[in-house]
Amino acid sequence: MYRYDEFDHKLLAERVQQFRRQVKRRLSGELSEDQFKPLRLMNGLYMQLHAYMLRVNIPYGSLSSRQMRKFAHIARTYDRGFGHFTTRQNIQYNWIKLEEVPDLLEELAEVEVTAIQSSGNCVRNITSDHYAGRARDELADPRVYCELLRQYTILNPEFSYLPRKFKIAITGSPRDRAAVALHDIGLRMHRNEAGKIGFEVLVGGGQGRTPFLAHTIRDWLAPEDMLSYVESILRVYNMHGRRDNMHKARIKIIVNQMGIERYRELVEADWERIRDSALKVPQAEVDRIDAYFRPPEYECLADIPDELNEVRSRIPEFDRWMAANVAEHRVPGYSIVNLSLKAPGLPPGDMTADTMDAVADLADRYSLDEIRVNHRQNLSFVDVRQRDLFSLWKELKLLDLATPNIQSVSDIICCPGLDYCNLANSRSIPVAQDLSRHFVDVDHLALVGDFTINISGCMNACGHHHVGNIGILGVNKRGKEFFQLTLGGSSDENASLGDRLGRALPQDEVPAAVETIVEAYLAMRLDGERFLDTYRRVGIAPFREAVYNPVPARAVA
Amino acid sequence: MQMIIANRLLDGRVVFLDDSGGWVSEIADGLLLASKQAAEHRLLTAQRSVEENVVVDPYLIDVSADTGRPRPVLVRERIRAFGPSVGIVPQSHAGG
Repeated sequence: MYRYDEFDHKLLAERVQQFRRQVKRRLSGELSEDQFKPLRLMNGLYMQLHAYMLRVNIPYGSLSSRQMRKFAHIARTYDRGFGHFTTRQNIQYNWIKLEEVPDLLEELAEVEVTAIQSSGNCVRNITSDHYAGRARDELADPRVYCELLRQYTILNPEFSYLPRKFKIAITGSPRDRAAVALHDIGLRMHRNEAGKIGFEVLVGGGQGRTPFLAHTIRDWLAPEDMLSYVESILRVYNMHGRRDNMHKARIKIIVNQMGIERYRELVEADWERIRDSALKVPQAEVDRIDAYFRPPEYECLADIPDELNEVRSRIPEFDRWMAANVAEHRVPGYSIVNLSLKAPGLPPGDMTADTMDAVADLADRYSLDEIRVNHRQNLSFVDVRQRDLFSLWKELKLLDLATPNIQSVSDIICCPGLDYCNLANSRSIPVAQDLSRHFVDVDHLALVGDFTINISGCMNACGHHHVGNIGILGVNKRGKEFFQLTLGGSSDENASLGDRLGRALPQDEVPAAVETIVEAYLAMRLDGERFLDTYRRVGIAPFREAVYNPVPARAVA
Repeated sequence: MQMIIANRLLDGRVVFLDDSGGWVSEIADGLLLASKQAAEHRLLTAQRSVEENVVVDPYLIDVSADTGRPRPVLVRERIRAFGPSVGIVPQSHAGG
């Protein structure tokens, strides 16, 4: 994990002091709310429905147990004893008091965590594959480049007043777990014909009210050119992005209006001027950062499939968990373990302070001190010895973190919705709760297989509904909450946006509609097909028919 | 009927204007405004609280008071008045 040097520490301390003065001036009335708002947003502080909300960055989703313990302490001391892991690998606190924020930020700084640029029209937390550095199919650890970009873009004056917020994601694996095609810039590592690792650069993806999949602006970019190329993309955006209309201000709008060819011309022209400038990343600097992300010292172990299979055959519950929640590690004898924050009936992504502390303890004992947060609002332990899997499973069960439902119907992405959020039109958490209580049979979950359900409480799409296999969007019709379903969305390496199923449904009809869709899929699927495969083969019509024109029961009989 | 709702500057908590021109946390203690004229007049009072750095973003909400207890008409304002519908703290496992 990256460690701050003396400059980082000093910078952060100064920023906290600066914000402390700004808060003081606000409370004394020297600053009006209109003057203060952009300043607090630069520090991740929003005003939500019930209180201030603080969004804290978890760079590329990597956390130490010490940092997790600090999150628990913050939840207990400054909030109501819990926090919410978001769809951008951050944590949000919902019940923050303005006067206490400077102290809170000072405490976070002690563990090298900030809320800088977690809001506002700047480069936000750079996200990545939560299996980074551990995935078997990975070319190189993408976090090195995330960190390089983080350092370059943070507090960089040229990128501090962009037309709109700006989100970057990087993956080092061909299997895309970071949704790079849904970002303002997505970087996807691959080898060129000469076998050298570089990036495919994608630009102009995004969700919200006008969703777009990103276009490839460059097939292959040498890693040492990453900063200059990203700077050129941002510079063209800064020049052409629309500041007159916030709904048209994201880069996706500009790229799609002028066309990717024109955008590419502008970027390449700018880049020609700066590509050989001081922005060329020296290998020594890459190596310096890389040293922080170097894997821990692993024991020399072998995979132990026979031993695990013996336990799995005796204990079906453990078997289900192994199948759903445990992933391959690149080092023999180790596994990646996903902790489900989606136990039936719990708000997705929420975690109490006590559970955070317990997770930190388990990370110490079982995961070489490392925790990851992913955009599906679950956690991962990335360095678990296979011989510890069974005892870890038992411990996770006690904490209700072992529901065997990763990437299944009940592993639901869900934004805070109208229960907390100022922008929402309808509540999303209760819909997620209804669904997770509806799909509790773990054998059924396993039968249904790979599935994503994503719920947003409004068209801003924090719950990624456009890219859920089933997307659920809360809408408000004459003061009442309704839910619009979409089918066929995906955020992986073959990303697609969902298609609208039909008229919006009242909340109490959503679980039955989802069940109908699942049953229709089970009836139509061919061997080995995921829901997405079946959907892409048969189209939306049979699902629409099943939900809106069900065959009457007696006709079946 | 209407009431005036806002967030308190210091801690962001939801508050309602009361009949003394102060701000209270309980909707039941807030001031019910029966006429449009009264509502507009009181909104000016509320605006003074903004200038005095007590609250931010005060606005009028529609409420029904049929049961004797004021209840906002819109879901959004009911959630603001009575808290998240999913419980303030997640039901949990580890001791919670």
